[in-house]
Amino acid sequence: MINKRPTSNRPSGATFPDRPQRDATKNATKKPPNRLRSNPEQRSKSAVSGAQISKVNTSDRIKAWRRHHLSVAVDSLTRLLATPFGSLMTWAVIAIALSLPVGLYVFLNNAQLVSSNWDGSAQISLYLKENVQESAGQNLTKTLQMDGEIAETRYLSREQTLAEFKEFSGFGEALDYLDENPLPPVIIVRPAISGINNQTALVGRLQALPEVEEAQLDLAWVKRLYHIMELGQRTIAALGFLLGLAVLLVIGNTIRLAIENRRQEIVVVKLIGATDAFVRRPFLYTGIWYGLGGGLLSWVLVNASLYWLDAPVRSLASAYASDFNLIGLTLQDSLLLLIASTLLGWLGAWIAVGRHLGKVEPH
Amino acid sequence: MIQFHNVFKRYESGHEALQNISFTLNEGEMAFLTGHSGSGKSTLLKLIMRMEVATRGQVNVDGINLNHLARRHVPFLRRKIGVVFQDHQLLFDRSVYDNVALPLVIDGMVPQEIGRRVRAALDKVGLLSKEKMTPIMLSGGEQQRVGIARAVVNKPPILLADEPTGNLDPQLSAEIMQLFRQFNAVGVTVLIASHDIDLISRMGMRIMELNQGGLSRSGVME
Repeated sequence: MINKRPTSNRPSGATFPDRPQRDATKNATKKPPNRLRSNPEQRSKSAVSGAQISKVNTSDRIKAWRRHHLSVAVDSLTRLLATPFGSLMTWAVIAIALSLPVGLYVFLNNAQLVSSNWDGSAQISLYLKENVQESAGQNLTKTLQMDGEIAETRYLSREQTLAEFKEFSGFGEALDYLDENPLPPVIIVRPAISGINNQTALVGRLQALPEVEEAQLDLAWVKRLYHIMELGQRTIAALGFLLGLAVLLVIGNTIRLAIENRRQEIVVVKLIGATDAFVRRPFLYTGIWYGLGGGLLSWVLVNASLYWLDAPVRSLASAYASDFNLIGLTLQDSLLLLIASTLLGWLGAWIAVGRHLGKVEPH
Repeated sequence: MIQFHNVFKRYESGHEALQNISFTLNEGEMAFLTGHSGSGKSTLLKLIMRMEVATRGQVNVDGINLNHLARRHVPFLRRKIGVVFQDHQLLFDRSVYDNVALPLVIDGMVPQEIGRRVRAALDKVGLLSKEKMTPIMLSGGEQQRVGIARAVVNKPPILLADEPTGNLDPQLSAEIMQLFRQFNAVGVTVLIASHDIDLISRMGMRIMELNQGGLSRSGVME
């Protein structure tokens, strides 16, 4: 190959025909770029196909680039699998760090589901004014039944409220001593809408009705539960952030060690003209594999825990006469977990590579 | 091809490695760089490869002023320069074939073309039958030849060698030198650092002698 080259006037650009012409523009005055060189022989041969050749070269270049990515991806995975114990340790650390926020997220999802069942049974009691006649009360009940935000209404006359009060309060005997019934008529309203804010708004609207003395949402504790949920969500966000940072550090440190281990190789490829991107590539893929593997393992951990908890949760639910079932990670959640962990791996590798690769220079 | 104009190199430690070096190596020329160890031979080669930057003066390689070469362009400079190291700088965890193929992989060449070129280069240095071995299984001379094959596989216009015969017996050394001469015969600019005066004076090529960082002699030894 070497001795086929002409001895004199060897075009220096010919060695790298498809390189971006940066060198050429730099030396524009001294050497015209390869393509513009007027070599009559070449011209007559390739006048027609010249453009096509350079096109093919570009697409070849892209193909080569893709092929290199693929081979580096495979190679870095092979390297991880060649040291299964060490890699598994890293994957496990990442998986545990990811499982904590993900597990809490699943727990909170379920808690929300349970509480949404409860707020479905929220009731609003409308205490009517003393002077509202029974017929007016009945009419109001029917009118409210038509309201889109109300699922069901039930009218309790003064006598019925008294009877209920006697039955449930335990003050029945004492009420017998009163001359007249102190209790107002009541309309029990079950809202068709959910959400604490919507329901509170509905209460406000009902309160404004002229017949209503007082409207009361019975489930003030639902409100507290909502606040606790919000607290839980923020805790998970903070925990997720911190543990995501931990994953970054773990991967960063692992990549740092990988860079140390392959120092000699980095020096050699830099000496023979590897770009920074070329040197960086295997480490970025290593980071991606660590992240993806950790994400997968974390997914397995969370689902195994859910499976393990499923039976006790079922029996607990059935003890409350509920057919509640644990919900796990949806397809979307799972994909999000994997994408996030892969991105974390990539980012951790980037940080490590940025910090440490520059220090590995041939000397 | 390679020009030095009043080049000084002082290391951060204060050591003056090169002082006022000026010379020109034309395209297709072959020269030797000699001198005692510590005379600045390696530093001079490192300046050409842009592993070090001159403290003062100008270094030009293939028309590029290395003083003003941005870091991101350095890889493309190095692809024009094949380098043979005294300690070979081979990767021991991969085969001879993969070692030689490395510059072509870096350059993004298609596999068929890589195969063709690697085998041609290995054939040239007489190691075609050992492409599947790892460098550790080869003798010192064979490892050096793998290093040479890797240096020339992408047909660089410039070939540098730092003590390429350092650890070899005289006969092997002569063979290696003969190889460099063949590359030069097809137009490659060759610069070889060597302290083996006997060997290089027999080659009848230009010799530049470094003495305590300065260029003390230059010319063909008779």
